[in-house]
Amino acid sequence: MEDFQIIDNCLMVKLPEEVDHHKSSYICEKADSYILREEVENVVFDFEETRFMDSSGIGIIMGRYKKIACFGGKVFAIHADSQIRRILCISGLNKLIEVMD
Amino acid sequence: MTAEKQLQQNADVVERLPWKNEMSMEFDAISLNEGFARVSVAAFVAHLNPTLDEVADIKTAVSEAVTNAIIHGYDNVYGYSKHGNSQPAYLIIHPGKVRLRCCLERDVLRIEVEDHGKGIENVEQAMEPLYTTKPEYDRSGMGFAFMEAFMDELEVHSKPGQGTLVRMVKKLGTYPLIEEGN
Repeated sequence: MEDFQIIDNCLMVKLPEEVDHHKSSYICEKADSYILREEVENVVFDFEETRFMDSSGIGIIMGRYKKIACFGGKVFAIHADSQIRRILCISGLNKLIEVMD
Repeated sequence: MTAEKQLQQNADVVERLPWKNEMSMEFDAISLNEGFARVSVAAFVAHLNPTLDEVADIKTAVSEAVTNAIIHGYDNVYGYSKHGNSQPAYLIIHPGKVRLRCCLERDVLRIEVEDHGKGIENVEQAMEPLYTTKPEYDRSGMGFAFMEAFMDELEVHSKPGQGTLVRMVKKLGTYPLIEEGN
């Protein structure tokens, strides 16, 4: 299940097991409402439960990145397994966001 | 099991495969079926003992093609619980249909994803990485790039008003195996 938390100006987004177009609108909308309402500086995507992601996931991350990067915010990806890291790498997203363990 | 033993076992499996095995299914062009399409193709090739990476790549390519058919072919952009100017996803009745065909010729997988939606005006432009007709919906424009990266061959046939056909081919059993204990 996806989950949203604010910790210290940081929006933590726990992504679901499968990140595809079906789930993406909801995640984008919810994340954006937090970014607007709270004083969110950075966004962290937690992939601990994620076993699948397609380019819709790249869109989710890119969209949030665009919203906060102009205010100096950063985007992080944590707990990504090897498959998710491959997707982040192939898309080039690993150059814009920080992939951490 | 060592990598060598696994390779030999896979070779034995391929030897005993029917020369051709086909499946065809048609489903409503709604986002809920994206996951269904992925899992059905994965199940169709399961007996070949594909590696986890191989399955992931195939599922990703199928997901991209099916998603394109739904959100671009039929302009059915919303996933679950997105409310906006148009109807919520769960209110859409009579969505278009997506046809998914798979053919296994021994260990070569051919996938076709077809829709009868609005078609693509400029296929070459559509296949450019990062190009998307729906940037406002957080689309990355990388669907075709992913299909191309994860499959051996990719063909796109489309004309405005005449739907779209995406053909992909992948030879299975070409991914490196991980030795047990590594």
